[in-house]
Amino acid sequence: MDRNQSHRQVATMKQSLFDQGYLDHEQFNQLEELQDDANPNFVEEVVTLYYRDSARLVHSIEQALEKSPIDFNKLDSYMHQFRGSSSSIGAKKVKAECSLFREYCRAGNGEGCMRTFQQVKKEYAALRKKLETFFQLARQAGPVDRARRPK
Amino acid sequence: MNPSNGKGSVSTSSRVSWKSNEAPVADKFPVGLRVMVVDDDPTCLMILEKMLRTCKYEVKRCSRAEEALSILRGNSNGYDIVISDVHMPDMDGFKLLEHVGLEMDLPVIMMSADDSKSVVMKGVTHGACDYLIKPVRIEALKNIWQHVVRKRKNEWKEVDQQSGSADDGQQPKYSEDGDYSSSVNEGNWRNSKRRKDEDEDGEDRDDTSTLKKPRVVWSVELHQQFVGAVNQLGIDKAVPKKILELMNVPGLTRENVASHLQKYRLYLRRLSGVSPHQNNLGNSFMNPQDPGYGPLSTLNGIDLQTLAATGQLPAQSLATLQAAGLGRAVVAAKSRIPIPVVDQRNLFSFENPKLSFGDTQQPPQHLNNGGKQINMLHGIPTNMQPKQLVNLQHQGNSLPTVQNVQSVQSGSLLMQMTDQPPLRGQQPMGNYNSISQSSPMMNLSSSYPLPNIQAKSGFPEDLTSEMKGSTPGFMPSYDIFNELNHQQKSHDWELQNVGLTFNATQQANNSIDVLGTSIVASHHSGFSSSSQGSGLTRNASTVHANNNNNAISVGQHRMNINNFYPDNNPVRVKLEPPLFPEQFGQDDLMSALLRQQQGQGGIEPLENDFDFDGYSIDNIPV
Repeated sequence: MDRNQSHRQVATMKQSLFDQGYLDHEQFNQLEELQDDANPNFVEEVVTLYYRDSARLVHSIEQALEKSPIDFNKLDSYMHQFRGSSSSIGAKKVKAECSLFREYCRAGNGEGCMRTFQQVKKEYAALRKKLETFFQLARQAGPVDRARRPK
Repeated sequence: MNPSNGKGSVSTSSRVSWKSNEAPVADKFPVGLRVMVVDDDPTCLMILEKMLRTCKYEVKRCSRAEEALSILRGNSNGYDIVISDVHMPDMDGFKLLEHVGLEMDLPVIMMSADDSKSVVMKGVTHGACDYLIKPVRIEALKNIWQHVVRKRKNEWKEVDQQSGSADDGQQPKYSEDGDYSSSVNEGNWRNSKRRKDEDEDGEDRDDTSTLKKPRVVWSVELHQQFVGAVNQLGIDKAVPKKILELMNVPGLTRENVASHLQKYRLYLRRLSGVSPHQNNLGNSFMNPQDPGYGPLSTLNGIDLQTLAATGQLPAQSLATLQAAGLGRAVVAAKSRIPIPVVDQRNLFSFENPKLSFGDTQQPPQHLNNGGKQINMLHGIPTNMQPKQLVNLQHQGNSLPTVQNVQSVQSGSLLMQMTDQPPLRGQQPMGNYNSISQSSPMMNLSSSYPLPNIQAKSGFPEDLTSEMKGSTPGFMPSYDIFNELNHQQKSHDWELQNVGLTFNATQQANNSIDVLGTSIVASHHSGFSSSSQGSGLTRNASTVHANNNNNAISVGQHRMNINNFYPDNNPVRVKLEPPLFPEQFGQDDLMSALLRQQQGQGGIEPLENDFDFDGYSIDNIPV
């Protein structure tokens, strides 16, 4: 496919991610704007880092949830971090689930926390897949023409 | 230390130099702004770093607060602003904020995903100059330079006020200068208080009245009062309620006092363990303190000042110590020097865990009698701006102080002061440890009863005669000093010196101790030149070992001084020579002396905790 077409595909996919609420367009755009010649794959690098780093947080949360009694403070703290990380890459749905989780946490509702966490993980995994596809497309399309995006 | 980091080292040179040196860089501001960003989240850190670099700032990232602190401490002038996350595993962001504010006086921006009012308020009360909600947008980062400029601007103002010299007036703000670092540093100490002031809407010395927020701004005056009250009660018996009563400051609550007391205690503890900090004098600590401490300095002041000069003592601490010790005697000039309100935090910021001072110094006798070794100096490495040192010098050109200064550096001196007679004899040129060495000196000094100072009446004559004998020009100096005394410059120093000198003369020690004003310590270089101007001889009081003043004019003093300071340059605080004209050196002393005679209040011997004996005493070699 020609370059333009590739780029269009990338743009389309991105737009759908925004529309479906997977990604927060403002934040994601911010990341894309940071991409430059020095860091042509900046967004992908950040997302990769996010998934790598948050994996341990997810693990910590899981472990904390298995404990009895549940240490809600700790849980809240982990989730706060996780939420902050997720919001920095614009992971909208993940962030929303995290907020819900924290509500249950503050209420001391272990059941609610566990259920919500399943949701968190689900969204987390789903987003990852989408982004992987997205980045693949983006790589294939080649560097984006910076001019199209006003700084 | 050298405030300027390479960028434009203007700071050290003098205020005047600000303009001249950094003109070209000014245009590029805020390009090159040196930012330290701290966040335990690697994703956020990566994004922030990239954003900051896009803004053309220089970025240093840390994922741990401790790491950031050690970097900042190691390179105090290396950064202009710090951005930190609130929630971090190894250290609370607010704690880091406090440390940075107190020790390095850099603007700190907090950030968090948490936008709840309470957390934001906490940021404000802890002195953060801004609070960003995550995820942070690049637009928010683009404007962070304003905090740096604002701070510098305030620093300049302070400097202007303090030095009262024309120089300061030239640089209303630093922004023009590319030398960010220097400006930050220079104003660091001075500004540390200001920073708090900024946050608190106004730098005011009397914070209680303008308290708008829950956090009390401990201005120098207020702190002095606090210290005075504490000393009166005895450090061990000082309870917030009583202190509050003694202070009798409207609007101040017991809680305010309690928290301040806690910090103060930590500070003292830290001071006692001061580690060698050579020549940190640069710091303005001394200066700010002086204002009210003039006479105080004689006793404790000297050490304090020295310490302050070295920058080791937070200005407030110095003031405090002095205040405590002297009970604000003599200080005619007490409030002359506009000391920026020293944020309480600043004072005690030295709590920094990393301080090694604690262990280093345990001055045998004086220094840590109270057992409160506080590494004050440690905390304030480069904060003292050279300018401030200069102030110190002016005040205390007395050489004897040099010795003191040294001790000051160790910070322990300061502490000593609080608890007990400061190391007078300490010579720690910047080495806290040295305090112990100087112990012998201290003893000597100790032997110099502060009362000597008081014996002003007797002194002048002695001095005069001595002076006269040795230095023909002596008499006139009094006049000069008097005039100088009136100057806003380190008034306190003058007083201090005076006190000291008195002792010296009386003791016939010529021991420069009289000059004890620690100020000397820092400035030997500076004063030397200045001394010459004024008929240095007189300065006998200020015995700057290095300065011509030492001439202690009396010749004899001079000798002593030299004796005392083997290297002739005892801890001289490096004051920027250009900053303070020679007049200070000697004149201050003279005026101080004269004033004393006039019954200013005399430099009372520091009977109280701070027994510093004035700098002079320390210098007197056994």
